[in-house]
Amino acid sequence: MTGAPELKAPKKAVSHSTLGRAQRWSWIFQRVSGVLLIGLIAVHLTVNLVMGDGINQIDFAFVAGKLANPFWQWFDFTMLVLAMIHGANGMRMIINDYAQTPWIAATLHWALRISTVVIVILGTLVLFTFDPCPAGSDPSLLPSFCEDI
Amino acid sequence: MTAPADAPVTTDAIPTMTVTLKILRFDPDGLDGREPGTEYWEEFQIEAHATDRVLDALHMIKWEQDGTLAFRRSCAHGVCGSDAMRINARNRLACKTLLKDLNPAKPIMVEPIKGLPVEKDLIVDMEPFFASYREIMPFLMTSGPTPERERLQSPEDRERYDDTTKCILCAACTTSCPVFWTDGQYFGPQAIVGAHRFIFDSRDEGEWDRLEILNDKAGVWKCRTAFNCTEACPRGIEVTKAISEVKHALNTGEI
Repeated sequence: MTGAPELKAPKKAVSHSTLGRAQRWSWIFQRVSGVLLIGLIAVHLTVNLVMGDGINQIDFAFVAGKLANPFWQWFDFTMLVLAMIHGANGMRMIINDYAQTPWIAATLHWALRISTVVIVILGTLVLFTFDPCPAGSDPSLLPSFCEDI
Repeated sequence: MTAPADAPVTTDAIPTMTVTLKILRFDPDGLDGREPGTEYWEEFQIEAHATDRVLDALHMIKWEQDGTLAFRRSCAHGVCGSDAMRINARNRLACKTLLKDLNPAKPIMVEPIKGLPVEKDLIVDMEPFFASYREIMPFLMTSGPTPERERLQSPEDRERYDDTTKCILCAACTTSCPVFWTDGQYFGPQAIVGAHRFIFDSRDEGEWDRLEILNDKAGVWKCRTAFNCTEACPRGIEVTKAISEVKHALNTGEI
C-alpha cells in the first residue's frame, strides 16, 4: 500500500471576471445560434417550399430573383455563417470525443477549420457576386426584371 | 398482518433460481498462466433467491466458487458508495440492485465502472475521481470570527442545495459520463455536484472561487447534458440539473 495520497493545494482562483473564456462563449454561442437557426430555417423553408407555387416554383429565375434582393442576401448570409459555425462547433466536440489518437484529432480539427472557412467564403461570394441576368441566356429562364436591363 | 404462531415455517416457499453472471475480470499479476494485465470475461452460475442483490451474488461467487474475485464493498446497504459497478451496461450500486429486476433469464453482465484505471477485476483506481473533488474545495469557507453557536440558515436556504447533499461519492455519475470517458481533463459530474452543495449554501463564502474553477477549461462547459449522470445516480440526485444551475450562475453572475 502506498498510504494516503499526496494532497495538492487547491487550485487558486484566477480572476473574478467570467468574460473571455472560450469554453463558455462557445457554449453560449451554440445555444443562441441554435435558437436563431430554427427561426431562419423555418422562414427559409416556408418561403421556398410552401408559399407561392410551393416546390414547383424553384428554378433559376426564382433563386436569381431572391438573390437580387439585399434582404434575402443578408438573410442567407446570416444563415450561412450561423449554420457553418454552429455545425463546426458541434463537429469539434465530436472530434474531441471520438478521435483518440492525437495526430488524427489534429488532422480532423484542421480539416474542419479549413473546410468551414472555404465554405463560408465560397457561400459569401456566391451570395454577393451573383449575376441574376447572365448575358446571352434564354430570357424565359431568367427573372422578370432582367427585361428592363 | 402477522402469521399465526402455529403456522409451518415456509422458508422453502421463496423460490430459488439459477443465475448466470458474466464478470469482466482484470488480472494484473498473471495467475494460472495468463499474461499479466489480461482482461477476460468469466461466467459463474449461482443459486439465488429473487430477493438477493447483485452484491449477494458476488459474495456467493467469492466465498464459494472463486476467492480471487476482487470487488469493493463496505456497508452493503447503499450508504457508503463503495460498490458502484457497471451492471447490464448501467452504472449501479451492486448492493441496491435486486437480481429479479435484472432479467435473470439472461446472463447478468458485471463490469468495473468505465473511465478510471482498473486495478483488479471490479476494483478501479478512484484517485483521479477524488482529485477532481479536492479541486473544487469541498469544505466550508467563511470569513470573520467563528461564531459561538451554529451558523443558522432558513429552511428555504437549506432547500436550495438539499439535493446535492445526498452525494455518497460512489462515482457512478462521473464514470457514466461520455465526456469523462474520452476527456481526462473534465472534472466530471460528481465534482460539480460537490461544488454545487457549497456554492448554493448561504453560509459559505467561497462560491466565486469555486465557480471560477468550474468556469475553467475542465469545468461545466464540457457538459453537454447527456443526462447519463442523472440516470446513473443511485441516490436520485438530479445531477444534470445541478450542473445547469452552476452554468446559470456563471452566465447571470447571480447565485
